Amino acid sequence: MARLSPQFEHLYRRAGFGLSAGDRERFDPYAPVVSPRSGRTLSRGTGGGSYRQAVESMVGYNPAATDVDARIGTPGYVNITSNGPFTPNRDIGHARQRWLFRMVHSPAPLQERMALIWHHHFATAVSKIAGVYGPLDSTRLMAAKPSEDPVRLRGQIELFRQNALGSFRDLLIQVAQDPAMLVWLDGVTNFKRQPQENFGRELMELFTFGVEHYTEADVYAAARVFTGWNLQVSGSIGSGNAAFRFFYNANEHDTAAKDFSFRIYSRGFGRTGQIPARSASAGMQDGIDLIHALAYHPETARRMARRLWTWFVSETETPDAGFVRSIAQTYLNNHTNMRAVMRAVLMSPQFQDSRNHFKRYAWPAEYVVRSLKEVGHLGFSVNDALNPMLGMGQQLFEPPDVNGWDIGPLWFSTGAMLARMNFASALATSQRAALRDAARPFRTTPESLVGFAYDTLTMPPPHASETAALTNYVRMGSTWTGSDQQLLAKTAGVFHLLTGTGEYQFV
Amino acid sequence: MKFTRREFVKGGVTAFTFGFAAPAFLSDLALAQGTSRRNLVVLYLSGGNDALSTLIPYTDTFYYSRRPTLAIPAGNILQVGADSAGNALGLHPRLTGLRTIFNQGRLAIVQRTGYKSSSRSHFLGTDIWSTANPANATGSGWLGRYLDTLPSPVDPLAGWCTIGSLPHSLQANRVSVPAIPNPVNYALQSPNTGAEAGFSRQAMTAVTSHLPVEQPHLAFVNGTAQAALATLDRVASVTSYVPTVAYGNDGLSAALRTVAAALFANMGTKVFWVQIGGFDTHSGQGAGGNTGIGAYANLMGTMNGALTSFYNDLSNQGLLQDTLILQFSEFSRRISENGSFGTDHGAAGVMMAIGGGVQGGLYGTAASLNPVAGNPTLENNGGDVTFETDFRSVYARVIDNWLGADSVGILGGDFRKPGLTFV
Repeated sequence: MARLSPQFEHLYRRAGFGLSAGDRERFDPYAPVVSPRSGRTLSRGTGGGSYRQAVESMVGYNPAATDVDARIGTPGYVNITSNGPFTPNRDIGHARQRWLFRMVHSPAPLQERMALIWHHHFATAVSKIAGVYGPLDSTRLMAAKPSEDPVRLRGQIELFRQNALGSFRDLLIQVAQDPAMLVWLDGVTNFKRQPQENFGRELMELFTFGVEHYTEADVYAAARVFTGWNLQVSGSIGSGNAAFRFFYNANEHDTAAKDFSFRIYSRGFGRTGQIPARSASAGMQDGIDLIHALAYHPETARRMARRLWTWFVSETETPDAGFVRSIAQTYLNNHTNMRAVMRAVLMSPQFQDSRNHFKRYAWPAEYVVRSLKEVGHLGFSVNDALNPMLGMGQQLFEPPDVNGWDIGPLWFSTGAMLARMNFASALATSQRAALRDAARPFRTTPESLVGFAYDTLTMPPPHASETAALTNYVRMGSTWTGSDQQLLAKTAGVFHLLTGTGEYQFV
Repeated sequence: MKFTRREFVKGGVTAFTFGFAAPAFLSDLALAQGTSRRNLVVLYLSGGNDALSTLIPYTDTFYYSRRPTLAIPAGNILQVGADSAGNALGLHPRLTGLRTIFNQGRLAIVQRTGYKSSSRSHFLGTDIWSTANPANATGSGWLGRYLDTLPSPVDPLAGWCTIGSLPHSLQANRVSVPAIPNPVNYALQSPNTGAEAGFSRQAMTAVTSHLPVEQPHLAFVNGTAQAALATLDRVASVTSYVPTVAYGNDGLSAALRTVAAALFANMGTKVFWVQIGGFDTHSGQGAGGNTGIGAYANLMGTMNGALTSFYNDLSNQGLLQDTLILQFSEFSRRISENGSFGTDHGAAGVMMAIGGGVQGGLYGTAASLNPVAGNPTLENNGGDVTFETDFRSVYARVIDNWLGADSVGILGGDFRKPGLTFV
């Protein structure tokens, strides 16, 4: 099996979720051809493609043209499981399956990856919403696809997918008005007599410039800014037809001026840190002004650059100062446009630096989806990944708190590692016959079989002790002849071991 | 905040690697650390336990007037005497086993535990109780910080979490506490059976034994895999435990049965975590004072059954003297009932300690539930009970007098409180 060059594989692991056999064919024209065993470049590639073009294809997708949901339940794609109709807009378990399906198969994987990242950044848990509106409406509020919802409700994840690479400033405004967020951070009860601080605080602390750049007085002022940013519910809860709409409740808005310790306006209004008193009917502009100021604050630009370093470049090295400076500048120069920012991240020398390959701890979703793409998924249902992911510490739509998941080394408890190793086993078990068939050309020696597995799993060059452990394993029990029976047991065994090892937990 | 925490963990990864460098000796380590068999079982009532329904001030007329449908008739309450201020108190009618333990002097109840400006948020409240830091509830947990004080390398089974995800309290810098929701499933699966499955396990141990010093992050993950593989048999050994009493079929009973098994096997575990949910009783908490039905009565019944079985089992096995159970919840609930036969988020709550080394009795004093202005035992315009004992004082007593560690270092301040001598 041909490998793409390390640089291209790195791009598809980081900006996508890894490379299926089909992906390799699709992406191949862009890439040089590399020997499957030695890693030597055999030719510069015939498709006339370049790394830059590959990056363009990742960031330049058209969401409308890449909708993969129509493929759910069709042959050749990973399976889904439902007891009765598959209703991902109404049942959270189905919604989890649909999202994993998209991550595996979307021709625009960066869209799904960004949605997952925004889900972590604006971490909203469905359970709190279910506690208020029940299981059906909480699923709608998180996952409803507007085109499939009776009142065209847009779930929060669909907001993230639609605006995955849009303006971050606009995304912040839409998040502030998102019904799920209004429940999650209690905007529903933000009234002028008792301003609710939850959203205003997290907007500054977690969503924009970070904890060291505002005062407690700023939190109280921000709470007043968002008074009246409430939720209007109409229709019958639990019917599937209830409408949830952001509405600006002018009667509940605090109209007095609000003072901040940081700049809100670059000019005008006399005081740059003050949002002026406004009439109740015009008061919604307060929130827009505050969000705008935060989105364009240089510390927000720097914090987003640092977070992007962690999400895309490295978790083992602290953010490179040059990278942070350059990405923050790109962010501000492009009016917070994330497509421009992501293009710059993926083209940056730090992203491309081979020393930063395999230096991120794979999130459970990344690990599971990469495994499905690389090991295969014939007859496998994404439903069977949901419990293992719970064991690994990541349940989609259920981040532990508003701070998102504890990422990096914090993913790895013994129980979570065991859950990864056992998912690896379950997947390899389900693919035994397919793996045997694919391995037949490499049956001559244990070394050849192990090499095939490394290449299929786009792994870095193995350490000698690992190769020895794996070839010893292939030889355990009987003399290696490469019979179909041996291939059936040992190929699945080698894939289990490799996807369960420490190396495969890094992307 | 996130960045700071990552830096903090990052610093820990290197230390972590050294901690797991010698997995073959983990069993010996457990024994070496087992000079004291003392252990702590932390019981978390998730959702905010209604303290006024656990320990009931049944002579306070405002208890009845402010809870017209939820109040339990005085005649049904399990009386446990009066506190030092003379307030008569009793346990919920379903806590029959706990009353027996109380009468044996092995149940201590600490009233009005909490902290200043109590958070009414589940998330922040839980983080505060987990980190023992109301000012900045991020970073490692208080139990994790205790585990971090154990001599290196630390046995991964020094902590044992009986639920699937590791609670914030147990997040440590140097040890990855195993999350073992069901020991029966805590095993390495294999795509093959029989001898081949054995080969897989052998090979998985060999292939993850690559712990390169120059790649501490890879060594950390492989080390975690090694720690899991090295503890599988020890965890599996508890599944053959034969208890001396019957345990219920609920999750809390199953978890405590596992804890008893681990104690019986002398696993060397210092801290166990058990949890029961359902305490966020905004509605349907009870009905018409009928003590036998309603969500809260069921929770009390489950908790009582599980704790009583555990207590008796340990007692029969001669393990009670080494075990301390400490119960807490992230906040208590509003004094007045709401319009849905429930109660909303409140402030100070109740903590309980149970064990062979416990000096039982009532600690602290009950609030007066009279919502008159200036009542010092209430806050929030008389809506909530205000705290009398900082929860960190309870932690401090457990750390100093039970775990034999330094509470000032672990809690980042001196919270020791004279008179709080429950253990």
